[in-house]
Amino acid sequence: MPNADCRERLLSEDFAPRRLTPLQMTPLDGLHRRLGARMSPFAGYELPLHYKAGVVAEHLHTRAKASLFDVSHMGQAILGGRGAATAIESLVPADIRDLASERTRYSQFLAEDGGVLDDLMVTRLPGREERLLVVVNAAAKAQDFALLREQLPQLELGVLTGRALMALQGPCAAAALGQVLSDLEDMPFMGWRAAEFRGAGLFVSRSGYTGEDGFEISVPNHLAEPFAEALLAQPDVAPAGLGARDSLRLEAGLCLYGHDLDATTDPVEAGLAWSIGRRRREEGGFPGYERVRAALDRGPARKRVGLLPQGRAPLREGATLTAPDGRLVGRITSGGYSPTLSRPIAMGYVESAFATPGVTLESRLRDNRVGVEVASLPFVPHRYFRGHTGKDRP
Amino acid sequence: MSGERYTKDHDFLRVEGDAAIVGITDFAQAQLGDIVFVELPAPGKRVAKGEQLATIESVKAASEVYAPVSGEVLEVNAALEAAPAKVNEDPLGEGWLVKLRVTDAAELEELMDEDAYRAFLESEG
Repeated sequence: MPNADCRERLLSEDFAPRRLTPLQMTPLDGLHRRLGARMSPFAGYELPLHYKAGVVAEHLHTRAKASLFDVSHMGQAILGGRGAATAIESLVPADIRDLASERTRYSQFLAEDGGVLDDLMVTRLPGREERLLVVVNAAAKAQDFALLREQLPQLELGVLTGRALMALQGPCAAAALGQVLSDLEDMPFMGWRAAEFRGAGLFVSRSGYTGEDGFEISVPNHLAEPFAEALLAQPDVAPAGLGARDSLRLEAGLCLYGHDLDATTDPVEAGLAWSIGRRRREEGGFPGYERVRAALDRGPARKRVGLLPQGRAPLREGATLTAPDGRLVGRITSGGYSPTLSRPIAMGYVESAFATPGVTLESRLRDNRVGVEVASLPFVPHRYFRGHTGKDRP
Repeated sequence: MSGERYTKDHDFLRVEGDAAIVGITDFAQAQLGDIVFVELPAPGKRVAKGEQLATIESVKAASEVYAPVSGEVLEVNAALEAAPAKVNEDPLGEGWLVKLRVTDAAELEELMDEDAYRAFLESEG
């Protein structure tokens, strides 16, 4: 068998920057080690790949109860100044100008040719001053913050290096968080609140990367460990690592930057047109508008789709997809095993003519041909919080 | 010769008469994490020592298993098709991979015994 380093290549050293500096640790490093985590390099950080339970158990626990993920490697910053919301629209295609206070939106930094430079979450913070909270991917954060400084020099960018970020995800997340912080149960999906823990300010966003209800909580570094421990003390909460985070987001049909999204993909072919505001589609005023507009009007040449490999062997990123006539029509960008469905699943881009659920393509795995059926996304339905109904109100 | 023999790639081999059972060690299965698919060779296939014998897919990645000695595949563990997690649960028992007819008994002598493998594991840290 190859050495352990090779084995864990999937997650995802390939898109970590070249390691010129030692790996960074998050404020929860000591806790991870006490919990018996297997640590792995990811985007310049040493993070838990999984804990003692293992990837599959952590994945299933998230879908059944709730899991705590350390996502402190992600970049958090506050962009402030008059006109900040309108100004950031020159870099992203989402409607940020009309984003209400304490609401969050998903968007992408776009290049001049419409390619995606990174994806991000933007929150309009409350208060008289105009301030946006942005959360970006670890591997791209230096580049993203440099872009904001260069392109929007009239604004203040404060990078929040002193805060950890945790995700609590799963159907029991709201109840468990409610034991530690008060008044969060009725927060809407993609809503944001300031909260207090031991006298310090936390940022709580009802969002996540698993398809489940859940929260992302920004915590000052010195309180990261006691806060994580308070959540882990709840009977329904268990720790989960990057392995489960990856399989959960794949089941939920969510893009991983550097794999399903990169500088060669535009948001329309990536299936992210929903994140482009109606006003922005009409007015433009963001990089790559021409390509995005053309893709919206005429349909993209290729589309991101779900893929179901026949048989039991997972197909991985990079695997080719060919049409019945043998022509190359696409490629897998994320692939693995679905613990929920107990079968291999994948995502990738295919020419639009083949991007219809039920179409069968062919891939190759080692020396064998494997049938691959185009499927709709997500593989596992999203269960985001949509407000209490009469039925589920406690 | 009795008991398990081991390779530096963390595979084991257990001689049973003329044949040898091949699988991966407990250390290897723990390194791999949850195993979700095992691709096994066709019975009758001849492999040289060091040649690819099987592929194990875990939730993390695919890993190759190389033949610890030269031989001919007599039988494979068909139960792994439906239950690949047996390799995690009982790697030296129900999670075995392949039964080989050993063609060069001298190659067995090159493998580590249990004490040597333990020392090797410790030296690897």
